[in-house]
Amino acid sequence: MEIPYVVEEREDTGLINSKLGIWIFLASEVMLFGGLFSAYIFLRMAALPGDFERWASELSVPMATVNTVVLISSSVSMVMAWASLKMNDFSKYKMYLGITIFCSFVFLTIKYFEYSGKFAHDIYPSSNTFMAIYFTLTGLHVLHIIGGVVVMLYFYLPISHKMWDKQPEQFTNRIEVFGLYWHFVDLVWIFLFPVLYLL
Amino acid sequence: MSDNHDTASMQDHIRVYLMVFGALGFLTIITVLASYLNLSTSEGIFLALIIASIKASLVLGYFMHLITERNMIIWILLMTVFFFFVMIFLPLISNIDHAGDPAQWWKVL
Repeated sequence: MEIPYVVEEREDTGLINSKLGIWIFLASEVMLFGGLFSAYIFLRMAALPGDFERWASELSVPMATVNTVVLISSSVSMVMAWASLKMNDFSKYKMYLGITIFCSFVFLTIKYFEYSGKFAHDIYPSSNTFMAIYFTLTGLHVLHIIGGVVVMLYFYLPISHKMWDKQPEQFTNRIEVFGLYWHFVDLVWIFLFPVLYLL
Repeated sequence: MSDNHDTASMQDHIRVYLMVFGALGFLTIITVLASYLNLSTSEGIFLALIIASIKASLVLGYFMHLITERNMIIWILLMTVFFFFVMIFLPLISNIDHAGDPAQWWKVL
């Protein structure tokens, strides 16, 4: 069975179905992360004065700053991958998607060193309230990155060339829709970085 | 002719993407530098969230193409923002209620 309106726009919404679907999904993601940000606010309000600041100082700001730049770079390369398809340049698309995948692995590697550094100093989610919300928020974000990497690897496989040859417009829309997800993951980090590491 | 026009249009888009990339990098540096300023906690939170909001607006507007997106998407997002603030402020109201004396409300904010 063919999914309708993945290339041409529906008359009533003025959108392709996949784009409408991803935006509704992202709206639910805002509420998911929003709930946890809300939890952060209330935990911080209820904490002893200076407690959150003291535990936040255990985190590595340089590592998180590099990760911010890496994730922003991955967002740019993602949008460049989509722009390359719009210009019918499949080889450039592969190059930019490859850069995005590389950036996401760099992000995950830095995160691995951050987490293992904490565990080496006997700091776990159960250690205190700040670390509990820190590991919850960043852990959920890392899961989103891993999910994104799985999808990107699929779009990087040789099968992507067949999809492009068969239905270029639909493939371009797929990359645009995935790109929206990836930019959202970047957006979440833009708020996580100052909230957890700098405040 | 149309293909050439599309390619030229995309080249313009790419220039904008690279400018936004530069702006995001610059604002990230500003965020880190601002954390070393001698600000109170509330001032620090305010400044950091303002910078993060500007960065988020750039990503939403240009990378996610929200500035040229259809009204239906805008409405979905406006409703999301509304319910997001309801979700954050509802427990806050309950907290204020428990604070009792209205003169003490500011302390929970």
